[in-house]
Amino acid sequence: MTTFTAVENISRRDVLKLFGATGGGLALGATGLAWSPMALAQDKTAILNLFIAIGEDNKVYLTCHRSEMGQGIRTGIPQVLADELEADWDNIVVIQGLADKRYGSQNTDGSRSIRKHFTRMRQMGSTARTMLEQAAANKWKVSVDDVFAKASYVHHKHSDKKLSFGELAVEASKLPTPKVESLTLKSANEFNLIGKSKTIVDMQSMLDGKAKYGYDINIDGMVYASIARPPVLGSDVASFDDTNARKVAGVIEVIKLDVPKGAPLFQPLGGIAVIATNTWSAEQGRKALNVTWTDSVNDSHDSDQYLSELVGKVQQSGKVIRQLGNPVTDWPKDTTVNATYTVPYLTHAMMEPPVATAHVTSEGCELWASSQTPQSTQQNVAGALGLTEDKVKVNVTLLGGGFGRKSKPDYSVEAAVLSKKLNKPVKVSWTREDEIQNGYYHAISAQFYQAKLADNNQVEALLARTGFPSISSTFAEGVEYPSDGELDLGFSDVPLAVENIQLEAVKAKAHTRIGWMRSVCNIQHAFGIGSFVDELAVKAGKPCLQMWREMLGKPRLETFTDQGFKYGNYGEELADHPVDVGRYHHLLDVIEAKMANAPKAGKNQGWGFAIHRSFVSYVAVATLVEVTDGQLKVIKSIAAIDAGLVVNPDRVISQTEGAIIFGLSLAMMGEISYKNGQVQQSNFHDYPLLRLPQCPDIEVIVVESKANPAGVGEPGVPPVAPSLTNAIFAATGKRYRDLPLNKHLKV
Amino acid sequence: MTVPTQLLTLNGKQFSIEADPNMPVLWVIRDIIGLTGTKYGCGSGLCGACTIHVDGKPMRGCLTSLKQVTNKQVTTIEGVEAQALKDNWAKHNVPQCGYCQAGQIMSAAALLATTPAPTEQQIDQAMSGNICRCGTYPRIKSAIKATAAQTTAAVNSERTVEV
Repeated sequence: MTTFTAVENISRRDVLKLFGATGGGLALGATGLAWSPMALAQDKTAILNLFIAIGEDNKVYLTCHRSEMGQGIRTGIPQVLADELEADWDNIVVIQGLADKRYGSQNTDGSRSIRKHFTRMRQMGSTARTMLEQAAANKWKVSVDDVFAKASYVHHKHSDKKLSFGELAVEASKLPTPKVESLTLKSANEFNLIGKSKTIVDMQSMLDGKAKYGYDINIDGMVYASIARPPVLGSDVASFDDTNARKVAGVIEVIKLDVPKGAPLFQPLGGIAVIATNTWSAEQGRKALNVTWTDSVNDSHDSDQYLSELVGKVQQSGKVIRQLGNPVTDWPKDTTVNATYTVPYLTHAMMEPPVATAHVTSEGCELWASSQTPQSTQQNVAGALGLTEDKVKVNVTLLGGGFGRKSKPDYSVEAAVLSKKLNKPVKVSWTREDEIQNGYYHAISAQFYQAKLADNNQVEALLARTGFPSISSTFAEGVEYPSDGELDLGFSDVPLAVENIQLEAVKAKAHTRIGWMRSVCNIQHAFGIGSFVDELAVKAGKPCLQMWREMLGKPRLETFTDQGFKYGNYGEELADHPVDVGRYHHLLDVIEAKMANAPKAGKNQGWGFAIHRSFVSYVAVATLVEVTDGQLKVIKSIAAIDAGLVVNPDRVISQTEGAIIFGLSLAMMGEISYKNGQVQQSNFHDYPLLRLPQCPDIEVIVVESKANPAGVGEPGVPPVAPSLTNAIFAATGKRYRDLPLNKHLKV
Repeated sequence: MTVPTQLLTLNGKQFSIEADPNMPVLWVIRDIIGLTGTKYGCGSGLCGACTIHVDGKPMRGCLTSLKQVTNKQVTTIEGVEAQALKDNWAKHNVPQCGYCQAGQIMSAAALLATTPAPTEQQIDQAMSGNICRCGTYPRIKSAIKATAAQTTAAVNSERTVEV
């Protein structure tokens, strides 16, 4: 999430830093930091820049500095590098980057790995290729214009001479690095890897069970920790008895961890850690603990009651966020439509719970973390241990899913603190119960929408209010309103061509750790506007797609000027990633054409539709459902995504398929609830996720686009829930405005 | 507490394990033997990430104790013979994060071993215990169906030869 974590917004300054401060050249070798990922490459490699090294054996080592959690980035980043480099794809080795600020941001969330790094990775590939070509030209004493690189060889244009990258790499690495301005990047029709559905580089290891995730780390002498954390945010250990825990075979030690004061930040929650020789013994020991907890200010938090208060608040005036036209005070009953929508707390539930292994020695700390944010991990661990950041080496494992939870490094800090206390490598692996009960939750929310229809059934005024505890509350005490960054996520930035628009936010205090989860506030905001446009369509007697066309108005680039509102646009300039109403219209056309050829809704069936722009991509979803005797069956989902130019179309399709399933899970079954300040759910029996038999037939259309690469991992999620509830309305005439649906229907 | 020695046959190899006989075989395999392809997901038999074969039958490693598998053949993703299935898994680019995939493949392999040409309902039933949070279900289904179709085709061609 751009707004809430340390680094983002790649500036020219960052680019210069990445390329090395002097002469616009590339930072060479491993200067500056004690560790270099390229040291992981075999001997006899020549390092051409931070991202590219080449072995004598002609193997090309490409660094992926972003975390792999299923989006395919360990394939995507190398595809971009290798394309400009002209490397032979069958002879590449992908190296996972350590935490290292020279890469720029490694914060793998916000759907921005490709959109923020596409050009820089091309420049890296192009620079290294230019150096290799120059080295060949020097050797043959010909002009560099007379040579070209292809499939890891440099060829002479006018003879059969060729030299492998491996033969040239050492000489090339000694050459001055070309200036960024001097590079000529390929035109799109010259791409040979960008735009191709390459198989993911980790496929074989995943199929053989050899792929290493955070949970799989095993360091010599390592011990295992299981931690009983406070059940209510703000409570501390009052007393504990570890007599029985210490009797469990394999238990080595029991350690009390401090409970931090103030805003949660990324600090560990504290509690009692049981240390053992294996995971199971640690858990058994923990179960045998007898801990009592102190009272907390959050003890009275009851999510049902909180939500009903929030629903009350959004019926009243709030803080105006954006105002277009005139404030509307006259809402005639027969032409006014209003509705209130709610979404409960949600949690990430990635298949691999948080896990990290730390080894603290007198030299510093080495970590193996299942982390979306290696640099923030480094920073927070250094802070907790009183070390400088260069003394903390962070290895990034494969992530068994992330969805935003693993950009909070609290669990890595736990491992580091315990390793320091025990003077041994320690693995902290969270259980499923820990993950569900001690998370950083997607905020509980309520949205109120009200519109007035003119005589011609066009919308002439729209009033909307949103209320939810802010992610900012995790980073500062006393936060009462959502941040601008959160309101930008699908609430303030819907480009409706309605004459009078007033958007407001209401106060909501946090009683737990609030965090970002795949697509963040777009979840509740897309559910609100996506449902409400359908309700207006029903009232006006028009198809939903037509209502969207009318409310969006003519194709244009929306800038939201003179509306008392500065749009953050996911950290992008509007010039690079405009709010393009024309792209909405194109998706409406694409999905309408698809639906025309799809099965018509039969008895007890209905189609629903929604469209949403988020992470500077556009996604339209149509859903076909059947509801028979209170049993919901999702039959088909069709999604069209416009994410600009795409690097690996198959991974865009797979991410969108996954986003639909993620959206269906939350809409149908997702709910974290609180009683007495404690999460009531604990595992997949009461926090269910979609299973294979519930999964609809899914069809994804990746719209061809020449626009700049945009987000992919998240934008598919937001339109799913409203397209589903709209479909249920079409099938049954019943409108469900409060998620999840399993309160009303069998799913 | 003293821990007895138990014999475990894993992927055809015999191991002598000193551990609590009640320890789930998931943790025996992962923490003691050191094979990490079998994953932890829930510890309660709800997600299927730890699916292994015990005498060829799919079992949840998190709910199966060490003593329950004494004198039985335990197979994990590292030892399972399911090349055609894995090939189809790769062909359909099934994995996303990959974490649940060992469990998915183990469930699918057990299904196809007993039911080479499963119906839609049989696939649904056999795979309903395996959660994939990334949402690879449509491709899992495709990979299973493709494998079944190849097996059926092979059987049919054998029959043709016999005739």
